[in-house]
Formats: sequence, structure tokens, C-alpha cells
Amino acid sequence: MAVPLFAPWNDPAQKPLIQFKNVTKRFGDFVAIDNQSLDIYTREFFALLGPSGCGKTTMMRMLAGFEQPSEGQILIGGQDMKGVPPNERPVNMMFQSYALFPHLSVYENIAFGLRRMGQPKDQIDARVEEMLRLTRLSKFARRKPHQISGGQRQRVALARSLARAPKLLLLDEPLGALDKKLREETQFELMDIQEKTGTTFVIVTHDQEEAMTVSSRIAVMDEGRIIQVATPSVIYEAPNSVYVADFIGDVTIIEGSVRSVGPVYDIDWAEGQPPLRAASPLALSVGQKCHIAIRPEKVEVHHSRPEDDNALQGRIIDVGYGGNLSTFNIRLANGKFLRAQSFNTERKTKQEFTWEDDVWVSWTDHCAVLLAE
Amino acid sequence: MKRLSWFNITALTVGFAFLYLPILILMIYSFNGGRNVAIWAGFSTKWYGELFRDQAFLDAAWVTVKVALAASTFATVLGTMAALVLVRVGRFPGRTLFSGMIYAPLVMPEVITGLSLLLLFISLGVDRGVFTIILAHTTFAMCYVSVVVSSRLVTFDQSLEEAARDLGCSPVSAFRLVTLPIIAPAVISGWLLAFTLSLDDLVISSFTTGPSATTLPMEIYSSVRRGVSPKINALSTIMISIVALAVIGTSIAAKRAAVRAQRDEQAAARATG
Repeated sequence: MAVPLFAPWNDPAQKPLIQFKNVTKRFGDFVAIDNQSLDIYTREFFALLGPSGCGKTTMMRMLAGFEQPSEGQILIGGQDMKGVPPNERPVNMMFQSYALFPHLSVYENIAFGLRRMGQPKDQIDARVEEMLRLTRLSKFARRKPHQISGGQRQRVALARSLARAPKLLLLDEPLGALDKKLREETQFELMDIQEKTGTTFVIVTHDQEEAMTVSSRIAVMDEGRIIQVATPSVIYEAPNSVYVADFIGDVTIIEGSVRSVGPVYDIDWAEGQPPLRAASPLALSVGQKCHIAIRPEKVEVHHSRPEDDNALQGRIIDVGYGGNLSTFNIRLANGKFLRAQSFNTERKTKQEFTWEDDVWVSWTDHCAVLLAE
Repeated sequence: MKRLSWFNITALTVGFAFLYLPILILMIYSFNGGRNVAIWAGFSTKWYGELFRDQAFLDAAWVTVKVALAASTFATVLGTMAALVLVRVGRFPGRTLFSGMIYAPLVMPEVITGLSLLLLFISLGVDRGVFTIILAHTTFAMCYVSVVVSSRLVTFDQSLEEAARDLGCSPVSAFRLVTLPIIAPAVISGWLLAFTLSLDDLVISSFTTGPSATTLPMEIYSSVRRGVSPKINALSTIMISIVALAVIGTSIAAKRAAVRAQRDEQAAARATG
């Protein structure tokens, strides 16, 4: 049986859970968020991605109620959040530093939010037990935060912020303090918990791999503006700008200008070289400046000239052996560098290509992404 | 460990002698049987008995404790509030002036503080006594409390309070349930500092007191002017003992807490590894 695809953003009948409407946030003269609108839907795992200082944390803090927008409106569940303090919002937040209360035990930390709701004691106990089970912390209930490991602290912070069953959970760089292996495990754990509880998650991160892995949609931000909002695969395969293409994953950007238009464009990119061909739905005119973005894994490396359209000669300058794949840094005829990757699908200790090899590289028309300037 | 050289031993001996010889002599002579404080006349505890029969000393001790308790408590409340504003509220008009004025009594000569308070009380027509001493001690002790508490607040993770707000606390309950318990050690040491400062203050008390109230330092000072009685030695020995016991007690407690914390962290590391 086919599982229906989760894509509420494509369904006009869906009402978004969170709406940013022309929100601007200024700190003095500094514009942190510049007139942005954004819709986030129920049950989404939404990532705000960007370098530090891009405004992603400000977006999150405005949702939590720690900052007020200078202009515009934020709606949660259709309700205007203007003037609603953090303690009265159906929102909880998991802090980057976890912000666990050091004077309270793990149990008391998780119960803290429930106590403030004035629930009866047996109900609080039941809910805390449930949260402890969900995050596999039952053994540590009596410990203080400094008596448990970093990974366990992270889970306590998650349990505490989920205990009040918020409509929306905000996660500020939730995995930043964990080492790589633990981070990868925890990513899947987060996705699992998100699915089990059915809570809408909004995660702030500067780690594009993390955003790609966990989220249903990503908003890539830069200097207070949202550049692109789309699913991870669209962000990766069809970025809408050089910024997004460059920020997400590894890419080679080639500058050029349009020689001939059509569904498959011919692009001049270097003196005396044949034009590169790229299929694109964009409407560009002849002579217009543009960029071609090519992901390294889309580039094939050959010993002799292949039959493909985009075939270029070059020389391998650097080889990065990463075990599962090898990355080549190839200098093209015009001195520009191109990155190519090949998967090491067979067990060979001797590499097919190595330093100073003269090679041909090629890719198909559909693998290159054409971007307007 | 490096072995002690002769130079180190000498330096240590001279240093300690400089600090503690006077106190040691005072304590030894408190057990002197004779009336003359400078001539040893056999071991006796009679001056301790004398001390506890002297009503003036007992009254003064009681006034001192009352003043110290009240003044240090007021100073702690006010000093903590001032520290919160100074650390938390980033910039506001007059911030520099405000912080300067909070810390001014630290460097102000006591005589001037005392005199200015005296003039204030006279011009307001306040009856001088225990109440005015408490006010005066609160004034100069709160800046010490504020220094101690604000140095703790600077390292306090602001997100803890935000987390409390996020989990349903009003600003006041976030302070009461999260901030206060965490900064409690600093608040308590601020209180202790204020208490000891109030306990041994002579100058400001002398300026702001009236005929009805005499504190222990004032009583000691005036009785020494009439001639040093071995009773004073006995009293001083008691005071030094109390302070020493308190200091040793708190440092043992702090050390134990540190050892426990370290053990816990090692246990946590093992649980992960």
C-alpha cells in the first residue's frame, strides 16, 4: 500500500500552523529580519538553515515570544501572537545550551513545565514517566544534570520541552554539542520522536547535512531574508540561486553567458572552448550572464574523450580519498577548477585515477543547474 | 612535590607570625589568672566568668547581633536587586552613574560615610539608636553584597531563565524557582560578608548611634580607653573562635561538595563510555 506523500504545502485547503506575515525585526539600526513571510504546516519538521547572523535564531525567538517583531504579524494556529508572553504560548523550546536547571533532578526538570500548568500530582507523574520512557531516560530520573552525559542531557532537554505537549516545538541547534557519531544517531531519534508525538518541529541549524537529513522542508536564509523554501531534494537538485547552490553541499559554479536559448541552453564559458549545454525551465535571453552549478557526484571522469555533450579536458590536481568515495579537484583548460566525485563501489586498493593524470570530464544536460545572476 | 627550601620556610614563618602572633598572644593571655594583661600569672578561666556577669557587655553583644542580622538581611535584598539591574538591564540612561554610586561606598572613607549619615539623621530629626545604626550598616554593606552577587550573575546562563519562562513561569516565578536557587550560594556569602562587616564596624556605628544603643565594638573601644581588662581578651577569643569555626566549617562543606561533584562527573563519564 502506498503511503500518501506528506506535502501539506502543496495543498491549498491546508491552513498553516505558523504564519509570518511581512515580519521585520530591527535591533537598533540593524535589520535582523527584512519583511519576510513564511508558512509552516502542522506536523512539519521544518528547518531554518543559514550561516550565523542570518536571522534564523531571531525567527525562532520571535516564535517563542522572547522577541517581538518590529513590524508585521506572527500567527500560531490562526491566533495573533502580538503581546502574548512566552509562558502563554502553545510553544516550547529546546535550547542550544539545553538550559537544564542544575538544581533539579532529571525528573524535576521534566516535571517543571507540568507543575506550572497546575496538573494533579498523579497526572504529572504519569506524563513524566511517559517522557522518560520516550527518551530512554527512566534509569536516570533521580540524577542531577551534571551527573549524566552530554547525549543524555540532550534527551532530558527534549523530554522537558515535549512534556507540555506543545503544538510547536522549537529546537535551537539541538545537536550542536554532540560528537559526529552521536549526532547522526540522534538525528534519526529526533525524527522518530517527531513522528510518534505528531508535534510540529522547527529546527534552527547551520549544519546543512543535519537540515537535509531531518526536515520535511528547509528555509535557506541569508542576511535577514529567506532565499528559498523547499524540500531537501529540491534545495539540493534545483537551487534557485548561486547562494543556495553554494551553501548546500559541494558544488562547482561556472560563470558564463547565454549563446542560444531553448529548453537546452548553450552557454559560453571560456575562450576557445565549446559551449556547455544545460536544460533549464528559466527564461533567459541571449547574451545574459548566468551561472552553471554542477554537483561533483554528477561529473564523470574518463581516460579518453566521451561522447557526451559537456566533455572537457583537464588534469587531476588533488585527490581526496574518503573511503566510500573519492573527490578529484580537476584543473580545466582555462585554469578553472572543477570538482568530481566517484563512488568506490569495488574493492580496489589501487585507484583508477591519480595525481597529474590527464583526464576528460563530462556530465549530461540535465545534471547541470542553470542559475540567473 | 617540590621540597621546601630554607628561604621558603623562613618566608612562611615570618608571614604567619606577622599575621597570627598578635592573635595568639591575645588568646593565651585570655587565660591569664592575673589582673595585669602583660604579666602571666597562671592559667585561669575566671575572666570568661567575669565577662558573662558583665551586663554592659552582654547588652552590647545583643544589640550588635540584632543590628547585624537586620542590616545584613536588608543589605542582601537591596544589594541583590541592584546587582540584577546592573547585570541584566543592558543600557539605560544613567547606568554608569548608577553603578558608580552603588560601588562608591567601597572606596569612601568610613568617617565621611558616618558623618554624612549623622548629618542626614539630624536634619531629618530621626531619633538615633538601633534603628539608625541598622540603616547606616545597610547602606555600606549593600554595595559589598551587590559586588558578590553581580560577579555570580555575570556567569549565570540567561537561557535558564528563558527556559523557565518558556515552561510557563511568569517573570517573578522564574526568578524565584530558577534564578534564586542557582545564585543562592552567592547571595548567602553576600549575606555573611554583610553580617561580619556590620558585626565589627566601629566608626559608622559611633557616628549614627544615640544614647540608647551601644554595639560591642563601641563597648570594647570605650572600655579599652579606661584600661585594658583581660575580659576583652576573653571576649576576643570567643569571637575569633566563632569566626574560625564558621570559616573551617564552610570550607570543609565546600570541599566535600567539590569532591562529590567530581565523583558524579566521573560516574557520568563512565556511563557514557
